[in-house]
Amino acid sequence: MTTPEQRRDPAVPEPGPPAPGSATGGAPAELPPAELPPASRSGRGMFGVSGSGDTSGFGGLQRRRVVPQPTTRPYGGWFDEACDALAEAYPQFPDAIEAVVVDRGELTLHIRPERIAEVCQVMRDDPALRFELCSSVSGVDYLDAAEGRRLHSVYQLTSMTYRRVIRLEAAVTAEDPHLPSVTSVYPTADWQEREAYDMFGIVFDGHPGLTRILMPDDWEGHPQRKDYPLGGVPVEYKGAEIPPPDRRRSYQ
Amino acid sequence: MTSYAPVHETPEGKVFTVTGGDWDQVLGDRDPIHDEKIIVNMGPQHPSTHGVLRLVLELEGETVTDARLVIGYLHTGIEKNLEFRNWTQGVTFVTRADYLAPIFNETGYCLAVEKLLGITEAIPPRATVIRVLMMELNRIASHLVWLATTGMELGAVSIATYAFREREKILDIFELASGLRMNMAYIRPGGLAQDLPDTAVGAIRELLVYLPKRVAEYQAMLSGNPIWRARTIGVAELDVTGCLALGVTGPVLRSAGLAWDLRKTMPYCGYESYEFDVVTRETGDAYARYEIRLDEIGESLKIIEQCLDRLPSGPVMVADKKIAWPAQLATGTDGLGNSLAHVAKIMGQSMEALIHHFKLVTEGFRVPPGQVYVPIESPRGELGVHAVSDGGTRPYRVHFREPSFVNLQSLPALAEGGMIADVIVGGASLDPVMGGCDR
Repeated sequence: MTTPEQRRDPAVPEPGPPAPGSATGGAPAELPPAELPPASRSGRGMFGVSGSGDTSGFGGLQRRRVVPQPTTRPYGGWFDEACDALAEAYPQFPDAIEAVVVDRGELTLHIRPERIAEVCQVMRDDPALRFELCSSVSGVDYLDAAEGRRLHSVYQLTSMTYRRVIRLEAAVTAEDPHLPSVTSVYPTADWQEREAYDMFGIVFDGHPGLTRILMPDDWEGHPQRKDYPLGGVPVEYKGAEIPPPDRRRSYQ
Repeated sequence: MTSYAPVHETPEGKVFTVTGGDWDQVLGDRDPIHDEKIIVNMGPQHPSTHGVLRLVLELEGETVTDARLVIGYLHTGIEKNLEFRNWTQGVTFVTRADYLAPIFNETGYCLAVEKLLGITEAIPPRATVIRVLMMELNRIASHLVWLATTGMELGAVSIATYAFREREKILDIFELASGLRMNMAYIRPGGLAQDLPDTAVGAIRELLVYLPKRVAEYQAMLSGNPIWRARTIGVAELDVTGCLALGVTGPVLRSAGLAWDLRKTMPYCGYESYEFDVVTRETGDAYARYEIRLDEIGESLKIIEQCLDRLPSGPVMVADKKIAWPAQLATGTDGLGNSLAHVAKIMGQSMEALIHHFKLVTEGFRVPPGQVYVPIESPRGELGVHAVSDGGTRPYRVHFREPSFVNLQSLPALAEGGMIADVIVGGASLDPVMGGCDR
């Protein structure tokens, strides 16, 4: 259980720079946006604020959030078959796999980051797997992740032969955000890895040209990290000032 | 005489700043066919780059030896913005990503939210049929814009006016249904913003009669046209292997011969119960993509007709009152808004209803933690929504796997080694929409 005070001080090496051009740009760097999405899976209070003199009684409200937990066999459907095929085709499977999660009918394999390219190679080439298409690569920043491995690179692979979709996930720390690029296996990952680098600062080693893609080349920081403010200016409406979106009250 | 093209020397050679009307001066005494390598910036503001796309082309004569794409000019941070709004408000943002296919963005996003909520089965049948109906109308509208803009880029200006004329009819239907022509935010988590009025059904019936004749006219106009054929046949070829390696999906993949259409291969929204064909060609060139898009209009019309025939009655929003948006819309003197009876009830009679309304509108519903990936077939290919919830009232992360973004990567493969004029054809045949590409 993380208290709001703790999550307001995340162990982050490079706090997101103030958004250029915004009125909040002048705010001191140690003041994070009022509305970081809850870092903890458990919500306390109504709005995630504390010390506000809230007398409503909602301040003591606690809400448990149970994330999907690693699944044990049998996984159901074709999931067992695919995992068996991967284990057979890839001898280092027990070392490479960190967890298997089956949730909402989707299979997620959590892979050790340094193994991700090898696993993708097997996933693509093994006749029993045949994940020919890498549909999507995206980053996610889990600010409160264990051991600081907050930056996740998420790969959605599609097997057109068997009509299956699988998700691979590799987690790295913000201090050492390195993992091998899968562009040699799936050339389509090129731009998508560049986007994940641009937005999250995940460094894909072996990428042919890992540069920013959506933000300007000289941009500082990685905008979609959770500790990077949204930016924005307050708006005045009928005499009252409406704060920018990332400083408004946030319900938990 | 005015000097149009300022020249300055660099270690790599002379650099000209070309402003237009000064080509003779740039080339000067050079032989443009044989000895000079020229690097040309095409875009970002160029009439034939489909929005703000910048191409850096290395030319030898008129042959493109190297093409590099620069994107991001239309990046608006939609994915980041979503994290600061509740799940329902997210629709308003995602609809603005790929502005030619707003219904697809909305549907993909809503299907993802519904999967996270676990209410996929609870969506009323009428809502699902209307979603399919709107998606197929939108697919036609998007293909018509593709036809219009591509025609214009290749110098066929009349087709541009014709295709936009027909698209206008579809936008009118959207307006009848949702009140807006584009960026409607019509599909909402749990169902639809409002029901489809009977006037819209009538207008769609008229369209079903009207549009096939027009599509036949386009075919008569273009398919046999020698200039159209010369510009597109054998141009910008990409085979299935190339498509899969580069992640290209949609009409471009089908033009190479692989019948991969998510509506058939991984059905959603009940597509498995509709009768339609997946159109393919074998040649994998720009002409094949043109034929596929025209034929897909016909297939979409088939689906729309089936939708109208089976349109069930009933609600268009999920029954769970903890998720369903509490509005009861009605048309007033000042346009569409909450019905006065509903306002009178929640303000005057039922405090519980008022609290419920207030909580849902200001706070939103909570979505159990977890992540899902939902792919749907947009007019440009696989549109995937990767949505992550941390259990709160707002998305923790939403990523759009945009077909425009992924498909554009293949442009160097289409263009390198070809003529500069074919870069335009190749780019147009991918049908990129920069709003979706840059998000």
